[in-house]
Order: sequence, then C-alpha cells, then structure tokens
Amino acid sequence: MSILEIKNVNMRFGGLQALDDVNLNVVENTVHAIIGPNGAGKSTLLNVLVGKLIPDTGSVMFDGKSVLGRAPYEINQMGISRVFQTPEIFGDLSVLENMMIPCFAHRDGAFELNAVASVTSQKDIIAHAEHVLEEMNMAEKRHMHASALSRGDKRRLEIGMCLAQEPRLLLLDEPTAGMARADTNNTIDLLRQIKDERDITIAIIEHDMHVVFSLAERITVLAQGKPLVEDTPDNIKGHPKVREAYLGESADT
Amino acid sequence: MLKMEKRDRNLLIIVTLMLVFAPFLLNPFPEGSVMAQFNAGYPDLMQRFVIFGIFAIGFNILFGLTGYLSFGHAIFLGVGSYAAIWMMKLLTMNVIPAIIMAIVISGIFALVIGWISLRRSGIYFSIITLAFALMSFALAYSVLTPITGGETGLQPKAADLRILDAPLAAGSTPRANLFGLEMSSSYKLEIGNWLFTFSAGYYIAAVMLLLSFYLSIRIFRSPFGMMLRAVKSNQQRMNYTGLNPKPYTLAAFVISGMYAGLAGGLMVAMDTQVGPERMFWTASGEVVMMTILGGAGTLIGPVLGAGLIKYMENIISKINASILHEWFYWLPDGLENLLVTVIYPFIGKGWHLTLGIIFMLVVIFLPGGLVEGSQKIGALIRRKLDRGKDKAKSSKSTKPAE
Repeated sequence: MSILEIKNVNMRFGGLQALDDVNLNVVENTVHAIIGPNGAGKSTLLNVLVGKLIPDTGSVMFDGKSVLGRAPYEINQMGISRVFQTPEIFGDLSVLENMMIPCFAHRDGAFELNAVASVTSQKDIIAHAEHVLEEMNMAEKRHMHASALSRGDKRRLEIGMCLAQEPRLLLLDEPTAGMARADTNNTIDLLRQIKDERDITIAIIEHDMHVVFSLAERITVLAQGKPLVEDTPDNIKGHPKVREAYLGESADT
Repeated sequence: MLKMEKRDRNLLIIVTLMLVFAPFLLNPFPEGSVMAQFNAGYPDLMQRFVIFGIFAIGFNILFGLTGYLSFGHAIFLGVGSYAAIWMMKLLTMNVIPAIIMAIVISGIFALVIGWISLRRSGIYFSIITLAFALMSFALAYSVLTPITGGETGLQPKAADLRILDAPLAAGSTPRANLFGLEMSSSYKLEIGNWLFTFSAGYYIAAVMLLLSFYLSIRIFRSPFGMMLRAVKSNQQRMNYTGLNPKPYTLAAFVISGMYAGLAGGLMVAMDTQVGPERMFWTASGEVVMMTILGGAGTLIGPVLGAGLIKYMENIISKINASILHEWFYWLPDGLENLLVTVIYPFIGKGWHLTLGIIFMLVVIFLPGGLVEGSQKIGALIRRKLDRGKDKAKSSKSTKPAE
C-alpha cells in the first residue's frame, strides 16, 4: 500500500521546468531512494513534500490526505520528518534539550503555552528523550553543547530527533553528503537498524551510489525533472537509461 | 520550595536580600562626606532601579530568549503609564487598579503590535518595531491629545471624577496610595552620620520586582522557555519538528510587553505624571542597552544593566567642574586643570559619553555582559585557588620523597 502518492506534479521556476509531470508512489515500510544527476529536481521534489514549495499543478497525498498548502510544521505533525543535507539541530542547546524538543512536539502538538511548569518535572519527556539518545548511542553526550558535536554525531542527533517524533515517513536529503567513509558507513548501519527495528517508511535522496545500493529496496531515477525509471536496485544498476542520464549521451563508449 | 533548582533559589534569595537592604547597601558613605554624592540610597533613584529592572527583565524574555530585538518596547512603558493615570483619574488613587490596568492595556497593545511586527524576523522586525515607536510617540504627542494630554502629558487633579474615592478639597494634590499608605511616605533612620530612608513606594515596587523576577525564572526553566531558545537557535529545525514558532514568539512579545506595562504603571504610582517622552524611541534603545550591558539571556543580567545605567545617569550626571577641582586639589595647579579639562566632557551632561564607552568596551570584550564578566572573574579566582591547593598538595606529597 502506498503511503505517499505524488500525481502529475509540475513546478516551474521562470524558464526552468524543475518538475515535469512527476508521478511517484512510495510503498509503506520500504526504503525508497530517489537518485539523479545534479539539477534533476530531487531537492525541489523534496521541498514540495515538506511544504516549503507549492507545485503549480498536481497532487501530493500522504496517507490519503493532501499535504499541499500546509505549513511545514503541519506536515511534520501529520507524520513526515525531514533530515537535512547539512544537519539542522539546535546548536545553542544541549544534546538532551535537542532531543526533548521533538518529544514535546510529539506530546503537545505545534504550540503549547507551558510557561510555569519546570522542564525538569517533565519526567515522561526526559525518559523518552534519554531512551532515543541511548538508541542513538549518544547517552553519554547528553550534556554536551550540540554545536560542539562532530559532524557524524550531529547527523545521528538529527536522525534521532526525527525518530523521537515517531514519524511514519522519514525523508533524508543526502544524509551522507560531505562525510568521511567511516561516518558514511556508520550512517548506513544506523539507517539499516532503524529500518529493521521500526515500522517506518524511508525516502532517501542521495548522490552516493554506495549508500543507495546498500539501503534501497526501490529506486526512482529522476532526470531533468522527470522520473526516468523506477525499479529494484539490481535492475537499476545495469539500466542503460540510467547510465545515459548520469554519464551523458556517450555512455556506451 | 517554590519548585526551583537550588541555583535559582539561591539567586532569588540574594536578590531578595539586596532589595530588602538596598537602603543600607546603596548608602555606604556618611552624609556630608566627599563621597556622599555617590550614595544612591534615596527613594527616587531606588524606585527607578527597581522599575527599570522590571522593564529590562521583561525585555530579556523577548530578546534574551528568542533573539528578537525590539526597538519599540518603551511604547508599552508609555501605554502602561497612560492607563495607570486614567485609572487614577477615573477610579481611585489606589495603585492596585492602576497597575492591573497598566498590565492589561499594554498586553493588548503588545498583542496587536507583536502580531504585525512578527510577520518578519531579524532586522526587518526591529525596523517595524522602531516604526511603531515613532508612530506611538506622534500619537501621544499630538494626534491623541484628548487622551494623552499631548505635550504636557497628564496628571491626576483634585477635580477628577474618581468614582471610588471621597472627593478631595479643591486645590489639594491627589496622592497615590495603597489602601491609604501613601507611596511618597517614608521612614528615616539616622545612625551616626548616616541617614537611611525607607520609602513605602520603593518597597512596593521591590515586591513587584521580586514577583517579576520569580516569574522570569519560571519562564526560563519551563518548556515554553526552552521553545523560545529553540526559536533563537534554529527556526528551520523548529518548523520541521512540527512546532509553530510564531505563537511562541508572539507570546514572548506579549509577556515582555506586559512587564513593560507593569513598569510604566509603577512609574505613575511613584510619580503621578506621564508625558509622551516616556515612549520616545530612545527610551526603547535604553532598555536594549540595559539588557545587553548586563547580559542578554541571563536571569540577573538585565537587572544589573538597568541598575548600572540608572546609577550613571543620576550620579555621574551630578558631578560638575567644581567637584572635580575638589577631588584633584592636591595636584599641582597646571596638572589639576589639565585633568579636570580632560575628564570634564565625560561627566555632568556628558555622562552619555561615559556610558557609550563602557557599553562599547562591554560589547567588544564581554559579549555576555556584566554577568559574563563576573563569571570570568569567578573562574579566575577559582583557578588561582585550585593552583594554590595543588601547589600545597604537591609540596606536601613531594616532601616525604626528599
């Protein structure tokens, strides 16, 4: 069953057709990768999914409900969490506080004027946050300033913050961009573990083929705003159209 | 007690003690001595310390936590003052309705102004609030003269309606009171050459400061306060974590506006008059300076900043050339005159120069304000002590080896 249905989505920036009649279905509890060369429209598509951009035409349904026209925080509350290309965390706050914020969002919704209760009295939130930190192997770093974390740890924290909200769909935007090999492999292991342990659908936008082929169950190849092919990793690997899109017209030589 | 962390409770206790004993602490020099002009323990100035402390505590909830820099907060100070005066004109000279209305009306103004200003962030937000400050001044100064008294401002008169009070004799001055206790009443205590004044108005304002400070601690330590820090840290992440930053910032704006309203109401309670200059945009700039000087985002910083600025405004501005000559009379004449000439621009009306220099030094060398400064000094002393202990230890432990 599809959890995310993208139908006939078109998006134009001036003379550039960024998304050209995109149709895409993401099946529940799978890892679906969207790959494509630079400028293929991957990021535009992602921004449409999270409510940052509104497409010119088409529909995007998540779990039977349209996401179009909703603010990012509303879409998040529907169950879509997003991991950014460069980790977006609360740098001025401690690691534990970073983790508590999504826990509050999960418990209390988009706004709650809780101005007199003390944070330390929120036992359920603290327990929840510490539990996720332990899952992320970051429990001993809980009192660190988040901005002092290493790049790899920032990524783990950000993924953990998304998971703390118990989303149904996790969107990852090039989660290993700019990472050293060891960090990349750690991230792959982490994502694999998440996929095995939870009822979660993961959609991943990625450049790194190593990451894509180690994780994805379905792959959509996007080129010039259009989905070229959608298939299993094994079939994608040798697909002539994919090689053409990546390597240009002279791919056969 | 009071559901607080130990550290916060200690801070609250220190602030309480300082407020209670301020008439002594601020009057360390005997009457008639050369240093007596540095005494700040007279009611008028102590009231100002406390009132501007409340103003700055409130401003810090917006600026210190969310990072939104408002240049229009004196609007709410002024609105609070006008609301309080009108309560005194229409209802009673008792300060309680005046203060309550000051908070309520300034809260309503803050809701409207905040709702509009918070459509933008960063510098654009600041500019919009500045525009509001300019407009509010113009409104109070001329357009709304029937309500605000225009340039001359307002003060309660004997002939005012005042439906709750018994009518006053013609020509008498209405006095602000708390169930009969006049704000201006005070008790003087003479010990030797020292003269200490305990003013009713000051202690009422001090109680309000304590309540404000306690509430500010609670807000800082609450989930709401954490969300405000999240707004400052990363709004993008907040949005994508299912949280709507706008109502959080608006709530902070309204709360800080109500603090300013309380301060404005207290000003009227202490000195029953108001003029449009109270909401002039430089007054908004002043509270920004108080907060940054003391340490934005810290609990006690804004109070310290407010105290320092008000102290300088009142004390340095009182020093004049003849006082300088008195200080340096022991120097050779030429040197004495030179020194006086050099220092003269920085005293009296030139106290703004001194303030400006201190402000620049603090922002450049102590971006965390006075609080950061005292923490650094504290850390330095602790390190020195530790090193002393280490030396003592190592010398003890090495001795047997010799």
